[in-house]
Amino acid sequence: MQMENDLENRTGATAPFSSRRQFIRAAAIIGATGLLSAGPVPIRAQQSAKKAPLLVLPAATADVTPFEVHVPPAALDDLKRRLATARWPDKEPVADWSQGVPLAKIRALTDYWARDYDWRRAERALNALPQFRTALDGVGIYFIHARSKHERALPIILTHGWPGSVFEFLDVIRPLTDPTAHGGSENDAFHVVVPALPGFGFSDKPLEKGWNVARIANAWAALMKRLGYERWVAQGGDWGAGVTTALGHIQPPGLAAIHLNWAFVFPEKIPTEGLSQDEQRAVDAAAIFQTQGAGYFLEQATRPQTIGTALADSPVGQAAWIYEKFHAWTDHDGDVESALTKDQMLDDISLYWLTNSAASSARIYWENKPATYVGGKIDLPVGVSVFPREIYRAPRSWAEKTYSKLIYWNELAKGGHFAAFEQPAAFVRELRACFSTLRV
Amino acid sequence: MKFPRTEEQSMNNDLENRTGVPTPLTSRRTFIRAAAAASGAGILSAGLAPISASGSAEKDTQIVLPTTTKDVTPFKVHVPQAALDDLKGRLATVRWPDRGSATDWSQGVPLAKAQALIEYWRTRYDWRRAESSLNALPQFRTQIDGLGIYFIHVRSKHENALPIILTHGWPGSIIEFLQVIGPLVDPTAHGGKADEAFDVVIPSLPGFGFSDKPTEAGWRLPRIANAWAALMARLGYSRYAAQGGDLGAGVSSWMAKQRASGLAAIHLNLPIVFPPPPPPPGGYSAVEQSALAQLGKYASDGSGYASIQATRPQTLGYGLADSPVGQAMWIYEKFQAWSDNKGDPAEAISVDHMLDDITLYWLTDTAASSARVYFESFAKDFARVPIDLPVAVSIFKGDFFTPPKVWGDQTYSKLFYWNEVPKGGHFAALEQPELFVAELRKSFAQMR
Repeated sequence: MQMENDLENRTGATAPFSSRRQFIRAAAIIGATGLLSAGPVPIRAQQSAKKAPLLVLPAATADVTPFEVHVPPAALDDLKRRLATARWPDKEPVADWSQGVPLAKIRALTDYWARDYDWRRAERALNALPQFRTALDGVGIYFIHARSKHERALPIILTHGWPGSVFEFLDVIRPLTDPTAHGGSENDAFHVVVPALPGFGFSDKPLEKGWNVARIANAWAALMKRLGYERWVAQGGDWGAGVTTALGHIQPPGLAAIHLNWAFVFPEKIPTEGLSQDEQRAVDAAAIFQTQGAGYFLEQATRPQTIGTALADSPVGQAAWIYEKFHAWTDHDGDVESALTKDQMLDDISLYWLTNSAASSARIYWENKPATYVGGKIDLPVGVSVFPREIYRAPRSWAEKTYSKLIYWNELAKGGHFAAFEQPAAFVRELRACFSTLRV
Repeated sequence: MKFPRTEEQSMNNDLENRTGVPTPLTSRRTFIRAAAAASGAGILSAGLAPISASGSAEKDTQIVLPTTTKDVTPFKVHVPQAALDDLKGRLATVRWPDRGSATDWSQGVPLAKAQALIEYWRTRYDWRRAESSLNALPQFRTQIDGLGIYFIHVRSKHENALPIILTHGWPGSIIEFLQVIGPLVDPTAHGGKADEAFDVVIPSLPGFGFSDKPTEAGWRLPRIANAWAALMARLGYSRYAAQGGDLGAGVSSWMAKQRASGLAAIHLNLPIVFPPPPPPPGGYSAVEQSALAQLGKYASDGSGYASIQATRPQTLGYGLADSPVGQAMWIYEKFQAWSDNKGDPAEAISVDHMLDDITLYWLTDTAASSARVYFESFAKDFARVPIDLPVAVSIFKGDFFTPPKVWGDQTYSKLFYWNEVPKGGHFAALEQPELFVAELRKSFAQMR
């Protein structure tokens, strides 16, 4: 019964997925005997009288287990109660965002969150996609896995960053899996895997140290293998670019190429003179980020548990911590909602809140320090799309020195750090164009 | 909601309170003379203005401070019960993060330590005790440069007492100094001599405690230093000293740099000698190297809080204003990191004292406003400034930065006292009140 429902859910999604036969074959390939017998396991609430409800994720095994999102009503009630009783600081003494999210802005966003926002809509959007959990290197990893109906589709693993999530990619999954229904040709098709980083979303929170980008990259390689993919590509921005860059270094069997929408191409030593205009612009932007925009970074890299304890207890705090970055890093006209809707931002924020991932997501900074923009040379084919409102725009000259096989380079006119979230159509076009030469 | 008492009542009570503290305070006559000298016509007629809760039922947990004038107005702390009930309610419904991958303090406050502190705060801690100790001291508010400044002002009975203004930092508060007031104003009752007496002024920084929160940008350390000079003048002091650590050292240093009228000397327990002076021709010595290593460790591993407070204090403020647990951990982490302890901050500072300080931040909702001082000044004004006024320094060896004297010599042309105290850390007066008092007595002996 559950199995049928599971398959119905899959086929009920707008995007055509693998046929049942293909799906079963894939399952057989990966040798996951439990795959089809496991029904979707809804999240349970663990409640005590006064305490906030905890989400308990089903234990993951080496099997690929279908998964659906059903946050218990008690968790949503608790959220609303907290929003209604928020205590606010005094208003900022400036007229802009220079000290952080203005009081009026966060109040407007959280008022909307409490009154108008509908998490169940976000849940439905997720549950319209095939979702799974599987244990990799001891940690249960959640992922969306949408297969194309096209036999020769190129498998791709898309990795989000912080404060993003799998929500960043929701609008690109169907155009990637079903290009013929979305302005592309059959040759543009992808099988899409979108995991949540360890400590993020419905992935487990690691209880041991060592989950840096290299370890995550190895887990991703194992995931692609477990899903039966023998030749695949990887894509990412932010920490997703960190993981994808690590994949480029590791060169796991099957990885054919990578695409980055934030490329870490700084040279080990930045020349003091003779920088081109693009290089100087990147250096200047990185310096401004370091001095004025990296407070969250240093705090999360050094004391993730302390900041996490505050954000775990305050949805307003969690919302502001993320909202600030949507404002700072998207390509908008002064109003962040010209780049992302309130619902989009709150889908992401709610996911962090409901999964209580402030501390566990911050730890990725702790695990990867010192993080630099020196990603190191990669000999695998690399494609790069530069979105104009990125934290810095990678200069092509440095990319050519860093990537021996730079198969694709494009500088776009619109979009920022959350490329897929902000500009899904352009993002899809970039992936199609980048990987067109890799089709076999 | 408390109502101001009659003028006569409040004045009497106020004076009673003064004389009720363990340390003998100024006589009524001295007090009146000082008031007259300060030309505060309203000072004695101003009744005590207790904090009131703002009227509406929904907001009855919010503290509203009485408006200030240029008069020096007596002030008492009485936090509405609703605010304390609200705090306990929030503590009871805390949502905790996972315990994470570290069992020590390397990622911040460990979950088990956090839960133990919060349990104590919720079930055993008594804010009214802290309030009583504050209200046993003469407290005032007065408006300086447009802002209401709260301060404790305790005069010594000794005629030749040296006036001193003690300035706290972040995440400290006036709570840091409560144990040293008695010994400073009344040395003869605390192992000292009459000529070691101080008149003590302890203000709360703008945006901290019961001082107002600035509603305009620009309250940088030099502006605070100016305000402190104005406060000392208003109190009628024409020759005085200033003392501070942390941001308080920044304020004291700027007072010296500005050669505030009447300021004779300063004492610092955190000399602002960073960034360090350039290396000598032969390179830095071993002790200098070790201080450089401390600065390096601070920059790479210990300054996340400063970086976020200096850049996005408002964003950080939302989480801390809404979550007493968040506020507590934001501060508790620093008590652990900066006090002289072998792992547990309670070895250096009692849990009640830590919670007095934390509760003051929480009840006054000053997470954001206190963080703004970093935005205003951390990168611009909190750096080495050569000073030509006499400077005394006590290095408490448990602090996270213990610079060598040579850097003091290169920064302060009249460095008249330098001592390294084996015990105590960043919160010197709170951790080692007796040693702190001894340092001030020794430092200023020659300034009498």
